[in-house]
Amino acid sequence: MMNKLLLGRFIPGDSLIHRLDPRNKLLLSFYYIGIIFLANNWLTYLVLFFFTLFAVYLSNIKMGFFIRGVRPLIWLILFTVLLQVFFTRGGTTYWSWGPIVLSQFGIVNGIYIFMRFVLIIFMSTLLTLTTPPLSLADAIEAILKPLRVVHFPVYEVALMLSIALRFVPTLMDETEKIMNAQRARGVDFGEGNLFQQMRSVVPLLIPLFVSSFNRAEDLATAMEARGYQGGEGRSKYRILTWQARDTWTVLVFGLLTGVLVWLRA
Amino acid sequence: MAVDITFKDVAYTYQAGTPFESQALHDINLTIAEHSFTAIIGHTGSGKSTLVQHLNALLKPTSGTVTIGERKITPETNNKHLKPLRQKVGMVFQFPESQLFEETVAKDIAFGPMNFGMEATVAAKKAAEMLTLVGLPAELLERSPFDLSGGQMRRVAIAGVLAMAPEVLILDEPTAGLDPAGRREIMGMVERLHHEQHLTVVLITHRMEDVANYADHVVVMEQGTIAKVGRPQEVFQDVAWLQARQLGVPETTEFAARLQQRGFKFDQLPLTEAELAAALAPQLPREVVSQQHDE
Repeated sequence: MMNKLLLGRFIPGDSLIHRLDPRNKLLLSFYYIGIIFLANNWLTYLVLFFFTLFAVYLSNIKMGFFIRGVRPLIWLILFTVLLQVFFTRGGTTYWSWGPIVLSQFGIVNGIYIFMRFVLIIFMSTLLTLTTPPLSLADAIEAILKPLRVVHFPVYEVALMLSIALRFVPTLMDETEKIMNAQRARGVDFGEGNLFQQMRSVVPLLIPLFVSSFNRAEDLATAMEARGYQGGEGRSKYRILTWQARDTWTVLVFGLLTGVLVWLRA
Repeated sequence: MAVDITFKDVAYTYQAGTPFESQALHDINLTIAEHSFTAIIGHTGSGKSTLVQHLNALLKPTSGTVTIGERKITPETNNKHLKPLRQKVGMVFQFPESQLFEETVAKDIAFGPMNFGMEATVAAKKAAEMLTLVGLPAELLERSPFDLSGGQMRRVAIAGVLAMAPEVLILDEPTAGLDPAGRREIMGMVERLHHEQHLTVVLITHRMEDVANYADHVVVMEQGTIAKVGRPQEVFQDVAWLQARQLGVPETTEFAARLQQRGFKFDQLPLTEAELAAALAPQLPREVVSQQHDE
């Protein structure tokens, strides 16, 4: 089961992308999703395509991981693409049946949408594959910091996020262990009709809840025993520093934006 | 039906084909005979738990063959139709109390047998029977398993596995975290099942005393493969070899080895106190023995 869950999986490495400041990576990933909407013709999509491919190449991570990142969303993508293809009118119409048409614009739009999905997924997969989850939590904390002015509980949210991320692998191990124990008692997970499958989840979920609550209590006690105090004045173990390479990547993204604005129709 | 278990050239790799792949087992050749009591010892991470998960096909070998009774499990084996196998080979995991989930103890114990097709009424009777077998009072049947003490929960969990009437019982450190009394009770129960019901027992343990007292066969695991197999008497002779692997020997054996350095002679290092006493008595000066009797 661990084999399948790639989303949010960090792959250790020492590439340029790995070494970028997580705050920078996070913000640029969002920025990228924004500028993808600038693309509206073949040339701009081609530029974005090669830009993304180059970023993937820089990360030193095998292409297979990125393609596997697309897989869980493939039905959503296909659904959206088919909607675009069959309900867009314009240009030459090749075929039609009632409200459904197959037109030139439809096909082109479908391809654009598909590209948009794949590029966004690639870029966000790149972010999660090259950034340790805890660094990502740090980055989110740093980015949310200004919200303290409006009394948003930044530290608490960041702590919750770090704890949640920290316990994902633990919970997955636990799940696997309990699944095995129930399998040994004759439960078939993922077999039979919907009702049977739903029922087979109960012997898994209840033990998981029980152990999560126990774990939460233990963790709280351990934190209190060590005098944890959140909020103002707490120093950090991992300190994020902005490097020259971060400035350069920002410039490259600026350049990309310029190129897209210049080339778009 | 005889349930001998045979491993032939078995290897297992976790997460094969990813950058996280790690080989947990290699070159495993092993036979676990019917009605035997096999102890598996080894360092943490030596592959003990991975090994036993092959015994009821929770894991399939990455290469090689595991034969369980008449079923052959190979890397190509389909995940379906493994139920009969899992009924025959009962598995008690580490901290089995974490598998409890039902509203009442009775329902939880009956869960396994009912999955294997037992009638609800028969299973309920079986549950009551098993609760007595693990040494718990019948009034616990209608209690919630989450109201019990840790030791009681563990025994209920074990009862839930025994209720499936397995022919092979695998126990992964069943006494971890229990107090001495709880430990003795659990091990005594396992011993009874082995003797009275002729269950084949496979026990993973870090307690060498348990190996010495109960097992007739020991498998020493080291770095994913079998380092030594034999009767406890043979395996525990080489005290230095075991200690180099941070495994140790029963306290009695260690004590005897120290006596040996002081000039006492043993044909074979004793494993239990009774054996030690028998071997030591003829070597002691007569007066000392009689003096002790006088006091």
